[in-house]
Amino acid sequence: MRITRREFLKISSAAIATLPVLGFDLTPAMAQIGEFRIKNVKPVPTICPYCGCGCGLVVYAADGKVIATEGDPDHPINQGSTCAKGAALYQIYDNPRRMRKPLYRAPYSNHWEEKDWDWVLDRIVERIKATRDKNFITKETVKVKDEKTGVERDVEINVNRTEAIATLGGAALDNEECYLYTKLARSLGVVYVEHQARL
Amino acid sequence: MAKGYLVDTTKCIGCRGCVVACKNWNQLPAEPTGFKGTYQTVADFSGNTFTYIGFNEYEENGQLKWYFMKRQCMHCLDPACMKVCPQKAISIVDGAVVRDYGKCAGCQYCASACPFHVPKYNTKINKETKCSMCAERVAEGMLPACVKACVTGALQFGERDELLASARERVNALKAEYPNARVYGEKEAGGTNVLYVLADVPSKYGLPENPQVSALTTAWQNYVKPYGPWLIALTAAGSILSFFSTRLLKVGQRAHEEESLHG
Amino acid sequence: MTNHWVDLRNTDCALIIGSNAAENHPMSFKWLTEAREKRGAKIISVDPRFTRTSARADIYAPMRSGTDVAFIGGLINYVIQNNLYFHDYVVNYTNAAYIIDDGYEFKDGLFSGYDPEQRMYDQKTWAYKTDPADPDKKPLKDPTLQNPRCVFQLLKKHFERYDVDTVCKITGTPKDVYLKVAETFAATGKPDKSGTICYAMGTCQHSNASQNIRAYSILQLLLGNMGIPGGGINALRGESNVQGSTDMGLLSHLLTAYLNAPTNDAAYKDLAGYIKKETPKWGFKTNTPKWIISMLKAWYGDAATKENDYCYQYLPKRDAKRNFTHIGLFEAMYEGKIKGALIFGANPVVGGPNANKEAKALENLDWMVAVDLWETETSTFWSREAGADPSKIKTEVFFLPACSSYEKQGTVSNSGRWIQFRWKAVDPLGESRSDLEILYELGKRIKEAYAGSTDPKDKPLLDMTWDYPEEEEKLLDEVQREINGYDLTTKKLLPKFADLKDDGTTSCGVWIYCGMYTEEGNKTQKRDNKDTTGIGQYPNWAFAWPVNRRIIYNRCSADLSGNPWSEAKKVIWWDPTKGDPAKGEKGKWVGLDVPDFIATVAPSDPDGSKPFIMHPDGVGGLFAKMADGPFPEHYEPWESPVQNILSSIQFDPAAKIWQSPMNEQGTPDKYPIIGTTYRVVEHWQAGAMTRNLPWLAELMPNVFVEMSEELAKEKGIQNGDLVTVESARGKVTAVACVTRRFKPFNINGKIVHEIGILWHYGYKGVAVGDPANRLTPHIGDANSNTPEYKAWLCDVFKGVK
Repeated sequence: MRITRREFLKISSAAIATLPVLGFDLTPAMAQIGEFRIKNVKPVPTICPYCGCGCGLVVYAADGKVIATEGDPDHPINQGSTCAKGAALYQIYDNPRRMRKPLYRAPYSNHWEEKDWDWVLDRIVERIKATRDKNFITKETVKVKDEKTGVERDVEINVNRTEAIATLGGAALDNEECYLYTKLARSLGVVYVEHQARL
Repeated sequence: MAKGYLVDTTKCIGCRGCVVACKNWNQLPAEPTGFKGTYQTVADFSGNTFTYIGFNEYEENGQLKWYFMKRQCMHCLDPACMKVCPQKAISIVDGAVVRDYGKCAGCQYCASACPFHVPKYNTKINKETKCSMCAERVAEGMLPACVKACVTGALQFGERDELLASARERVNALKAEYPNARVYGEKEAGGTNVLYVLADVPSKYGLPENPQVSALTTAWQNYVKPYGPWLIALTAAGSILSFFSTRLLKVGQRAHEEESLHG
Repeated sequence: MTNHWVDLRNTDCALIIGSNAAENHPMSFKWLTEAREKRGAKIISVDPRFTRTSARADIYAPMRSGTDVAFIGGLINYVIQNNLYFHDYVVNYTNAAYIIDDGYEFKDGLFSGYDPEQRMYDQKTWAYKTDPADPDKKPLKDPTLQNPRCVFQLLKKHFERYDVDTVCKITGTPKDVYLKVAETFAATGKPDKSGTICYAMGTCQHSNASQNIRAYSILQLLLGNMGIPGGGINALRGESNVQGSTDMGLLSHLLTAYLNAPTNDAAYKDLAGYIKKETPKWGFKTNTPKWIISMLKAWYGDAATKENDYCYQYLPKRDAKRNFTHIGLFEAMYEGKIKGALIFGANPVVGGPNANKEAKALENLDWMVAVDLWETETSTFWSREAGADPSKIKTEVFFLPACSSYEKQGTVSNSGRWIQFRWKAVDPLGESRSDLEILYELGKRIKEAYAGSTDPKDKPLLDMTWDYPEEEEKLLDEVQREINGYDLTTKKLLPKFADLKDDGTTSCGVWIYCGMYTEEGNKTQKRDNKDTTGIGQYPNWAFAWPVNRRIIYNRCSADLSGNPWSEAKKVIWWDPTKGDPAKGEKGKWVGLDVPDFIATVAPSDPDGSKPFIMHPDGVGGLFAKMADGPFPEHYEPWESPVQNILSSIQFDPAAKIWQSPMNEQGTPDKYPIIGTTYRVVEHWQAGAMTRNLPWLAELMPNVFVEMSEELAKEKGIQNGDLVTVESARGKVTAVACVTRRFKPFNINGKIVHEIGILWHYGYKGVAVGDPANRLTPHIGDANSNTPEYKAWLCDVFKGVK
């Protein structure tokens, strides 16, 4: 439990102390967010990572820590509201289950080993290169039927592909990430490029 | 002048955005649950659950109804919990029934007095907890977390008078299709600052048809409360004061059992 | 979506079919609730069971899974038979009047040209009839719609068979309810009314899924509901950026912005061949050469020259005769043909069809890279927890921790095509990194690994432009600029895609995104929430592709002379006073949106009334070439408990059947119950992003299977019991949710049960459970190869089996 008794008391007494003084001006949307536990903390706008509605959310962070998340009241689509998933955004960050280090599982091993980024990236590139180099089709000969004569002839074409590597995923990535992904995959010659849009 | 909520159940989609928003703002931990054959996986309030959605299915004349009911503290106009609190920890601030956790001694009398069975014991802070209408947010000009989260506008926050007028108007519009439509909370339990627009009778939503403040509460107010702090000391020492109310103790025990179950 | 989320408030009727919108896209109900309150809009929910959407609908119509074409076909028939279609719209803005080739016919479930061996159609006869004497081969038309060979009459004849009684025998919908749906939705065929169709995976995950959507298109064209506020065909997308990832071309058959990826078909031999094959004679797509060449310039920079076909040959060309889509990919992996896989934020062990097979396939990989925020079932497929024996699995597995969406910056494109910027709130957690940084690093290191190579096969990697700045913010900025595109002569960002050139002097990574980041600034960051249109278009909020257009096909909102069909549903109109006479302009299209039309082409101009500018005919296709026919036709799912009563063709004749190990077909004698899968609002997709969150796990802790009281009684199951669901592919354990909201169907006199199970679950996370996709088959839609997740056969038993 994150909330300590002390914090809890602080919250409630602060509320009662301030109540009679301040009014209830609910009209300006931005006024809804910006005070209290989040007082003097600037909300950072983001877009919900879940479904395709594209709702606006805001993240309050201070000293490198997320302290609250809410709906973005300025956003035309959701106007500050959130479904159960959007409302839970906070726990994507404040979560012991989040992965924090690169991991490696050796062939036939039954466990992960922690590795540093340089090691894993270099090792992955090694594996990509070896697989690609060993399984690359540069040219193919295909049959073409002449439209007029109906005679078939062979045509050699550059196909420049590897069928030994597949890439999956993308719907949870940003546009710019997907763009680099597609550009890199095609330049490697990967043709098994698929993601959630097919499913 | 008092603030309140209007819960228009006929607009609720049961998305539970309000439920998570409440946990998020109040930083309340999740509790272990299990799917037991209904979408209502959270069965009741708890020390860590100030609001939940009830899911009630009916079939009448071949027509299916699935009623979603957002529950939270009703913020009574004349709160029984406030009356019984020996520590004077409970007060009304612009319609919100709020508690000062600095004063609350965790005696749980409020829980037994509540006609809606709302306050529940939180074992981590040893206090009875419940919805505060996000008084601290409201004080800062923000909407309560659940109201802000509400996707369809089923939850409204504002002046009780205005909410009541709009609830009546809505009920009138619903009457043709839903003859049992009504406003709930206008008079129930002496009137509450949480008002509901219901399309059907309250029991179908899991609400008490005629919530009663127990006679004991009145007795308490008049005779026992003056000795409250003394009684608490006895309770804490493990004395059984049978004349309070057997129901009171049962409620308290139930809260404790739930807490221990949830570890 | 042809329209967008806020636009739902403008509708008079929402037909929600194949979607549980209140549950999976709750914000749709923000706007539908407003439409109902302010305009008295009706909401129709068509679903096998009564859902949270149905609870808020005016009409709930039960429909057996896999019978969408029959359901919509019946509505098409109803609209035509009762003369409820929007006549002038249909005549002028669709191909209703076009005469079809004499060779075309439809008989007993098959269209002309079918080859049963190949399970393919020769589509030669599915063509417009032309006058042999006409050198331009212009299609013959009959604007009276009376010619029996015109599209309208053929459509009418085709769907005559979909009378209400026949339809209800197929779908199991009570007739009175069906008629109420027909009457209510058909009422939107008036000029001052609009109806929207909202759909999602309940539509797409069938063996004839593309035809389901075709059926929606036909219905919406007949009712004149395309291109107007509150209308359209709205695919409610399930992931925050599945629109964007598709725009970026992360599919085997696409490059960026819907440019087709070349295959080894000889037609694609060189750039000229590609352009010839991909460029139509009429319409906006005649710009294809500009788009492909500008994309190649973005990818290969100075190395791309006119002389070398702008590096066209660098593009990989897949085998035209084989299937490279998701199922094909996993079938190839199962056969051991794929050695390595990069998996960014995907979890096929839970989300893939026939998940047992897909998990088994992963064991054949030599290496796998999983990039995610969480340990997923896919990244740990080799573990004991997964039920595997690690000592027998050779796969080298790399797990790269990705940071979350608010620990980095970037854009995502929502269903309504709004490209929205996400700002960074905190640094990545622990050592996690953004996918952008990971991809950049991989690319950089791959280039380094190939540095100095003289092998021609490595040229694409060496020439690939990758000289991005390392610093996070600058890297993002540069990639965004590259996506938008440059005038390479002036080095300035391009303002719009109309400025793209086919001579190598412009670059543009994704042509439809051109205009999102110009010399004026990054328009995806725009946050002006004033609605200047009165219909909720919010033109100054973010940037919608294409060219900030919010309602696609909006030329349809105006009549032949350029005036709105109705004041209530106006979007754009022709203003003769706005043209610049100096430029010879007769006027201009103006209004509440960026016109989906050439702004200065007058209604009186030769092509002034062809609103579908992306189509080669310029009109909406009531008749259109699809792999399985020019009109939608009802066929039963691959696994069905009943016979098709419309024809002797039981199953979609062009759908891809995978006859392979671990993909058994279940028969109704052994598996008499229809199974379907779905989601809940509290979880998301394959679950890693929600089952790891305690607040969401608390609300939906276990996988459950919904069934009727009648079925539960037959099976001796009580509400809340643990039950086993078994199909020919596998079995799963789930909690029974016995509910009146699911009813047995009466299908042509036979009682048929259906059950539905959540597919979010796996064994990793706070909320855990069996993946329902262990039950689903490797069977793909005839056109898109999307798996048939939504209708298959199973049986259910009390207890854990």
